[in-house]
Amino acid sequence: MRRTSLSRKIFVVCNTAFLIFMALICVLPLLNLLAISLSGKAAANSGMVTFWPIDFTTMAYQKTLHNSNFIRSIFISFARTALGTLFSMFVITTAGYALSKDFRGRTPLMWFFVFTMLFGGGLIPTYILNTSLGLKNNFLVYILPGAFSCYNLILIMNFFKSIPKALEEAALIDGANFFTVLWKIFLPLSKAGLATVALFIMVGNWNEWFTGILYMSDTKNYPLASFLQVIVVQGNQQDLALDPTSAAAMSERTIKAAQVFIGALPILLVYPFLQKYFVTGIVMGAVKE
Amino acid sequence: MKNTKKKGKPHIVPKTWKQEIRHSWPLYVLLLPSLILAVIFCYIPMGGLIMAFQNYKPWLGIFGSEFVGWENFKQIFAFRESYQAIINTLIIATAKIILGLIVPIIMALLLNEVKHVGIKKSIQTLVYLPHFLSWVTVAGMLRDILGLDGIINSFLSNFGVEPIFFLGEAGMFRQIAVLSDLWKGFGFGMIVYLAAISNIDQSLYEAAEMDGANRWQQTIYITLPSILPMVIVMATLSLGNVLNAGFDQIYNLYSPLTYSTGDIIDTYVYRQTLVNGQYSFGTAVGLFKSGIGLLLTVVSYRLAYKFAGYRIF
Repeated sequence: MRRTSLSRKIFVVCNTAFLIFMALICVLPLLNLLAISLSGKAAANSGMVTFWPIDFTTMAYQKTLHNSNFIRSIFISFARTALGTLFSMFVITTAGYALSKDFRGRTPLMWFFVFTMLFGGGLIPTYILNTSLGLKNNFLVYILPGAFSCYNLILIMNFFKSIPKALEEAALIDGANFFTVLWKIFLPLSKAGLATVALFIMVGNWNEWFTGILYMSDTKNYPLASFLQVIVVQGNQQDLALDPTSAAAMSERTIKAAQVFIGALPILLVYPFLQKYFVTGIVMGAVKE
Repeated sequence: MKNTKKKGKPHIVPKTWKQEIRHSWPLYVLLLPSLILAVIFCYIPMGGLIMAFQNYKPWLGIFGSEFVGWENFKQIFAFRESYQAIINTLIIATAKIILGLIVPIIMALLLNEVKHVGIKKSIQTLVYLPHFLSWVTVAGMLRDILGLDGIINSFLSNFGVEPIFFLGEAGMFRQIAVLSDLWKGFGFGMIVYLAAISNIDQSLYEAAEMDGANRWQQTIYITLPSILPMVIVMATLSLGNVLNAGFDQIYNLYSPLTYSTGDIIDTYVYRQTLVNGQYSFGTAVGLFKSGIGLLLTVVSYRLAYKFAGYRIF
């Protein structure tokens, strides 16, 4: 064993302390938010709350969860996330499988898809198109336009490429067609990879807020992310959040904190699963063949 | 680009289109959903960019509006606001790119020196988290933390500092934008470097130790050169983002008080078009941005391929 010098020991201690500090920086804002959401009105408004609730109360959560508009937006968020993820997975898994094979026209098709990552029509042409397709004030606007993503397609294609070709060959010789091979061999063998991409898409869907603001004229059709954008960022409480009487009795600040925290909660809940997979996902996406 | 390993294919190698279709038609069928969606939602809007060369009126439509040539583009630099938005975009995006490149590398190298597996894993778990929060959530937190009664101001008041409305100060907006973006992304940015570091052949370190190299020398002469290809890939690819200052973030943090330093191309386009109804001009600004962005991305991919052998697919 080589000697550990004193300077090395000092470095290790300082380095670990610094990294722990940086790690805390990443979560303390969330803790502050949670503490405020669970604090009493006076303490929260005077700015005394740091990382532990003062005058503990769950009033802000009770109020929020009794707000029918808030609950509806949560349902819309769950619906769009579930359906959007399913549909998107269907679209990119089928294409990802096809593109993991060699066939005539593969290269131009691949470029056709990659170009969508490099260039786009931008805000207004997209808005005009979606509107003329009848997607304004239509739930499908949450599902259809964002379903195809070339980035996720490439991720899935790379997962499929890593599956041994011999398996597929054997099945094809035995008379199976490509559909059966995809369904019976590739999907079961790439569960981890598909789960990674599905989790990414879920998080993306849950967090997406702009579509609702852009295409829904009635705030009742907003998903939670859009709802939060309006009350938290635009500061518009009137039509969305609360009836005036309870607003007077409650601290706007604790309620906002509770709402933002509830919005982040599903992410925090899937995060342990997400973390298990995404490291491999990112590395797989970066490493080819 | 093309997977040329022919031996993995089933024994019939299709020679003509007819044979190929008989053999691979299921593949073409499987491609259809993506193809249809890409054409409708990616390529048709590109056709709509023609309105950047028109004086588009919603009631006349794309086929009925008058063509004005490059008129809209000429105005981009003539208006102080659009010019300022371009400058702000360049400053904010460049700062984000530079810090977003350097900080994750340093943090990955430092984390690599932590040998206690439990501590290392816990740190990783915490620093990756912000990446997955939406900008609406983060903006909600920042607005509270940086508010007049927020935790920063109550901390500063211990030193007798008067409360500052941070998000209303034009002079601080860029710093807040860049730092909060760094906060959100640096942990996630470390992943590729940590993966590259864990792939380094451990015998290199053993040999270096035999030769008497200390940890610092090992880092400089083994770890850094080993992750250099990854650094080059990340650096060149980020070139394509010079005009991407982050709509989601800026839109949720800025206000009229901070337009002078914080308004970026994307937020400017949004306000000009959907708020002010200047559809053609806004689209021209957007096309200017995405055109240059396309050019930069193509160049950056070429560079990444040339220097590090990186390929998109």
